[in-house]
Amino acid sequence: MINFNYTIWIFLLPFLMFLFLGLAGHKYFPRLSGILGTCGLAVITVLSYITAYKYFFTSEKVDGAYQKIIAFNFTWLQFTDKLHIDIGALLDPISVMMLIVITTVSLMVHIYSLGYMKGEKGFERFFSFLSLFSFSMLGLVLATNIFQMYIFWELVGVSSFLLIGFYYQKPSAVRASKKAFIVTRFADLGFLIGILILSFNTKTFDFITLTNPTGPAIAQGSGIAFLGLSVMTWSMIFVFMGGVGKSAMFPFHIWLPDAMEGPTPVSALIHAATMVVAGVYLVARMFPIYALSAPVALNVVAYVGAFSSLFAAVIACTQTDIKRVLAYSTMSQIGYMMLALGVAGYGGHEGLGYMASMFHLFTHAMFKALLFLGAGAIIHAVHSNYMTEMGGLRKYLPITHITFLIACLTIAGIPPFSGFFSKDEILAAAFHSNKILFAVEYAVAGLTAFYMFRLYFSVFWGKDINYHQTPHEAPATMTIPLIVLAVGCLVSGFIPFNKLVTSDGKILESEIELMIAIPSVLIGLLGIGIAYLMYVKESAIPDKLAATFKYGYKWAYNKFYIDELYLFVTKKIIFRYISDPVAWFDRHVVDATMNGIAGITQGVSFRIRGLQSGQLQKYAFVFITGAIMLAILFIYLWK
Amino acid sequence: MNSGIPLQYFLILATIMFFAGVYGFLTRRNLITILMSVELILNSVNINFLAFNRYLYPHKLEGMFFSLFVIAVAASEAAVAIAIIINIYRRFTTINVEDVNEMKF
Repeated sequence: MINFNYTIWIFLLPFLMFLFLGLAGHKYFPRLSGILGTCGLAVITVLSYITAYKYFFTSEKVDGAYQKIIAFNFTWLQFTDKLHIDIGALLDPISVMMLIVITTVSLMVHIYSLGYMKGEKGFERFFSFLSLFSFSMLGLVLATNIFQMYIFWELVGVSSFLLIGFYYQKPSAVRASKKAFIVTRFADLGFLIGILILSFNTKTFDFITLTNPTGPAIAQGSGIAFLGLSVMTWSMIFVFMGGVGKSAMFPFHIWLPDAMEGPTPVSALIHAATMVVAGVYLVARMFPIYALSAPVALNVVAYVGAFSSLFAAVIACTQTDIKRVLAYSTMSQIGYMMLALGVAGYGGHEGLGYMASMFHLFTHAMFKALLFLGAGAIIHAVHSNYMTEMGGLRKYLPITHITFLIACLTIAGIPPFSGFFSKDEILAAAFHSNKILFAVEYAVAGLTAFYMFRLYFSVFWGKDINYHQTPHEAPATMTIPLIVLAVGCLVSGFIPFNKLVTSDGKILESEIELMIAIPSVLIGLLGIGIAYLMYVKESAIPDKLAATFKYGYKWAYNKFYIDELYLFVTKKIIFRYISDPVAWFDRHVVDATMNGIAGITQGVSFRIRGLQSGQLQKYAFVFITGAIMLAILFIYLWK
Repeated sequence: MNSGIPLQYFLILATIMFFAGVYGFLTRRNLITILMSVELILNSVNINFLAFNRYLYPHKLEGMFFSLFVIAVAASEAAVAIAIIINIYRRFTTINVEDVNEMKF
């Protein structure tokens, strides 16, 4: 056995950094805190890479499968002998892969923020929140049991809330952070219910016991039925609800576009690369249960993913705020990952979708972080979020231009960039199990290429705009992360995921299927071609198209009115018919009872206050009268 | 030994004095008059002590001593009370009890 004890520092360092920067940073070293936070994260990154190397290349395999290793574990809350909540670190292929993703992207974002956030008010607060986020996210992926995961799940929600609301003087940012928190929190209610049902039936929180395919947890609990579905299915659907909220799948996606109010590095880290894939990670973590004992829930995952990816891709084609386009694109890509998990099975070749999903998670983290950081560099240069106010930027921002182009090619699935490989695996997995979903994903692949290149062409080509100040290339702290991530986009496609990350830990034989790969590249190129025709020069085609499909365009532009629907349901129905009566009851019955008691007491005291006149003679009168009455009583009446 | 005055006479006198004192204590508004009423009450008690001592235990002297004691206490009480009354007068420029009501509620 290799010693993985040091992984505790992967947790602890960012937490200590958070406390340190949060408590002391403001007072003693506001300028230095960025460097300190970045150095702390660099150490964690190195530790994670060491862990990954040791885990993948030197740890022992049993039957050719990677084992789940508990690096450390201690009991945190002990309820009974069997029921206890632990805090620990579990190493298995997906958690180690997530370590790499999180620390790499987080480190790049830290370095980038040194330039991007320079001179902002609350610089040290920003870095302490980033450390808090890194801590929570690492705790989430390393969780040994579902309850620990839930705790850290909420912690990432909190850090996301804090970072979206970083510009707390801006009302829109405050609104967005509240929205994100409330929507995800509502979804987490489902997660908690799922955990309770699951652990009630299996009597454990522990992931290893829960996901052991031959263990008691999977065999048991599938029998009892409610509304035609087994208990396991219900609990898995509820657990997935939490994942839907955190990963911004339909119908809980409404918070993600608004979350773009936060600083751009935050969007890159939290709302593109790491936190929003927590839902995918959750399903992957519980995958054996989904696959073996709750196939209906797994179907739900697949359809929710497919619908979300199509839905978001359509909306993304109409948005003009570059960060919002990227937000919907994130939602669409996560939909891909969910779909891939949903069509996968446990073990062997069935597990292709699982591997593809994790692969896409990995490559997506790289290229989406790159896209966001590139968008940040553009916004930094132009001081606007809107594509309509940009154009011809390729001359001013050469490095951003090249890296952004690489990211766009990656997401469009053009070889040899990494997105091609992972997307191809997903399409192959869908092809082998569900032809309808496969067709949907094909359409989405084309749409993705179209809207990404619509963004690219209208920002970097298109019409020339007279800028007030000539845009200039971002400083080196911002361009270096871009270059590193662009290299990541080029390289990460060649990582042999089929040997490293599979559903059962064994090697999965897979190769690129030309029958699927060639058409997917072609449809990507088609999307790029259409975008080229429409946006590379100023043309009337987009407006004409928008006019032709007037209603469709309007619906998509307004995000299919989902926000309005939510507002209608909450304000007009829930608030009016549930909250208002409850508030009325509270005010007029509960409060009134209490106020009544207080009022009666007060009234009585006002009446009897007159007796306390302060006139000694009155007191004496009462006293003497009393004495005389007592005397009469005792002398004449007491027999 | 009896000089012809029955015990009841003393008791009736004491009762009249006592209630006159109580009445004065309750109705008068002038602090000096109130003090005088208290003296009346005390003296009525003194008469009771002496009368009972004389008629019930003629060979003992407790009643006498007790009334002497009461007189001493009454004298010192008068001294203290008048000192207080003077202070009240300085503070409020009145010795009417109804005007001295700052401590109520």
